[in-house]
Amino acid sequence: MTVQELPGDTAAYRPTPPPAWQPRTDPAPLLPDPEPYRVLGTESADAVDPELLLRLYAELVRGRRYNAQATALTKQGRLAVYPSSTGQEACEVAAAMALETRDWLFPSYRDTLAAVARGLDPVQALTLLRGDWHTGYDPHEHRIAPLCTPLATQLPHAVGLAHAARLKGDDVVALAMVGDGGTSEGDFHEALNFAAVWQAPTVFLVQNNGFAISVPLAKQTAAPSLAHKAVGYGMPGRLVDGNDAAAVHEVLTEAVERARRGGGPTLIEAVTYRMDAHTNADDATRYRGASEVETWRAHDPILLLERELTRRGLLDDEVRKAASDAAETMAARLRERMNAEPVLEPMDLFAHVYAERTGQLREQAAQLTAELDAAADAEGEAR
Amino acid sequence: MTTAAAKPATMAQALQRAMRDAMAEDPTVHVMGEDVGTLGGVFRVTDGLAKEFGEDRCTDTPLAEAGILGTAVGMAMYGLRPVVEMQFDAFAYPAFEQLISHVARMRNRTRGGMPLPLTIRVPYGGGIGGVEHHSDSSEAYYMATPGLHVVTPATVEDAYGMLRAAIASDDPVVFLEPKRLYWSKAPWSPDAPTAVEPIGRAVIRRPGRSATLITYGPSVPVCMEAAEAARAEGWDLEVVDLRSLVPFDDETVCASVRRTGRAVVVHESNGFGGPGGEIAARVTERCFHHLEAPVLRVAGFDIPYPPPMLEKHHLPGVDRVLDAVARLQWEAES
Ligand SMILES: Cc1ncc(C[n+]2csc(CCOP(=O)(O)OP(=O)(O)O)c2C)c(N)n1
Repeated sequence: MTVQELPGDTAAYRPTPPPAWQPRTDPAPLLPDPEPYRVLGTESADAVDPELLLRLYAELVRGRRYNAQATALTKQGRLAVYPSSTGQEACEVAAAMALETRDWLFPSYRDTLAAVARGLDPVQALTLLRGDWHTGYDPHEHRIAPLCTPLATQLPHAVGLAHAARLKGDDVVALAMVGDGGTSEGDFHEALNFAAVWQAPTVFLVQNNGFAISVPLAKQTAAPSLAHKAVGYGMPGRLVDGNDAAAVHEVLTEAVERARRGGGPTLIEAVTYRMDAHTNADDATRYRGASEVETWRAHDPILLLERELTRRGLLDDEVRKAASDAAETMAARLRERMNAEPVLEPMDLFAHVYAERTGQLREQAAQLTAELDAAADAEGEAR
Repeated sequence: MTTAAAKPATMAQALQRAMRDAMAEDPTVHVMGEDVGTLGGVFRVTDGLAKEFGEDRCTDTPLAEAGILGTAVGMAMYGLRPVVEMQFDAFAYPAFEQLISHVARMRNRTRGGMPLPLTIRVPYGGGIGGVEHHSDSSEAYYMATPGLHVVTPATVEDAYGMLRAAIASDDPVVFLEPKRLYWSKAPWSPDAPTAVEPIGRAVIRRPGRSATLITYGPSVPVCMEAAEAARAEGWDLEVVDLRSLVPFDDETVCASVRRTGRAVVVHESNGFGGPGGEIAARVTERCFHHLEAPVLRVAGFDIPYPPPMLEKHHLPGVDRVLDAVARLQWEAES
């Protein structure tokens, strides 16, 4: 007999009702809009501060040029690799511009541009990709965590930092960026869950650029949208047109301010498109057609912004030239500085492993010193 | 009687006391993990900390090891000193990505700009009759990752002194707690001054002349017992408690082996690819001409940790240590 014996008259049996159940949070306000939120080309565009539109424009143009220059540097062998964010500049720039100086940015490997838009020296931002050191800048100075290569692992760091800042009484917000593929990683889940439970002042920005290397979003998730995932954690999800710089800026600024006021984390999905291949090592023609790329070309973030600026009489040749001149100056300077051989110090290998060198590392450092001395002697003799 | 009268205390109490003292002295010390708050940890090592310091300083986290360690990284970036508890050895594995990809190398990848002062407490090892996944000795994985300190106390006094040092360290420390010694008692008064042990120094627990037993953590008491038993056979064994696996105290270990000429490494984690191989190699490289016999290893078998009813056959006990000691009479054998 596997079925549990019921007490008394079976026919008269009524199960006791379960204890009353209530959802912990009303899911409705957390749900993202059914369509990505847009500003440019809509009526609400009129309300956007012209100053902001012009700043976004200058940054987008500079960002596009930066991507082109860095890509060129890979072809010249100056960079080992460069994951371009061409097509995604609106996300990168608006993300950086939504932060105050005291806030922190937690970028992934593709978010060099966000770091540069935040004020990081363009050469320092490329050190990781050039290969002279893993992080070319002091994270505390810029409040930018190291560019992160293992997917989604920087997200819990952002949560922990935001949580610590709040414990210390600082109104600091952490913005963490991740790709659509990265949302499948366990760390994405753990970070969002911690952030919601702790009400940590964190903003998660997913740049859904359609692909994780070659894998399209449809093979990454069955969720209605990535922004919908927020509901499961008990935080608001926002869906935004990632090529609409004004919309991204508005949604991010709102989320950052809400977090700063103690309103907790937000998950934002910015729908965008990667125009270039994943990196220079990737052949994008193997997994997507030219027509798809062309469709997105018509929805280019710079184009959208130019159209709006023109409509409002804010764009003339002078503005265009100023933006493009600034971009060219940046690119020329970047090229020139990247063409200089980086100065490497081999003994740095042992400099920052531990606060104090262990006996093992002292021995190994002595070995390398001897090897370097011998090599210098040999070179001296050869001359 | 003085106030520092030494009543018996357990290792768990000493560890708890170390965290309490560190938290009282330094407001940036935060304890976090699964069940560490209200419950005081499944081994009660964090007992009372949440009550005394509040839930912000001793926090019950969601159940997610990568999340615990990953958020601790961010907290350390902002100037806190997180002390993270991994509930059991084998449940720390989900956090390995954070440990290896970030914790161990954050100082290095930022050229010293972002050191991570965090302590990762891991109850480890067998001998408590735990079911599967509750008895792993994972020290070799940690040792294999540059950037981490890996330490393990074997006495009540060291438990206090070493945990204080780990929390004070500006580098990440994997603090392995031999769980079968949690309830071992020793006369130790929390009021008495206890030395904070600098990380990286081995100690001679028992001096001897005829051979060195090199060991750590849960195997230290085993070796002490073996050394006592060996006296009857005419062996005067020296017992070196490593205390720190990384950094490794070559000096103390090699000085001992040079004096005795013979060495056995004893640990309960598996032998193949285990810590003993590294230790034997180091000793051989440095003391070859002083050695009368090859450095031998006494380790757990190369098997996944066995079910509790069989663990007594797996864990190296006194007899296995004595057998190895007998084999040190190399000339007679070869
Ligand atoms: C944990 C981990 N697994 C695999 C990789 C290799 N990898 C690098 S980028 C990438 C695709 C990521 O796609 P997505 O998150 O959508 O970001 P995108 O590159 O589109 O910005 C993969 C699989 C990695 N970096 N980290």
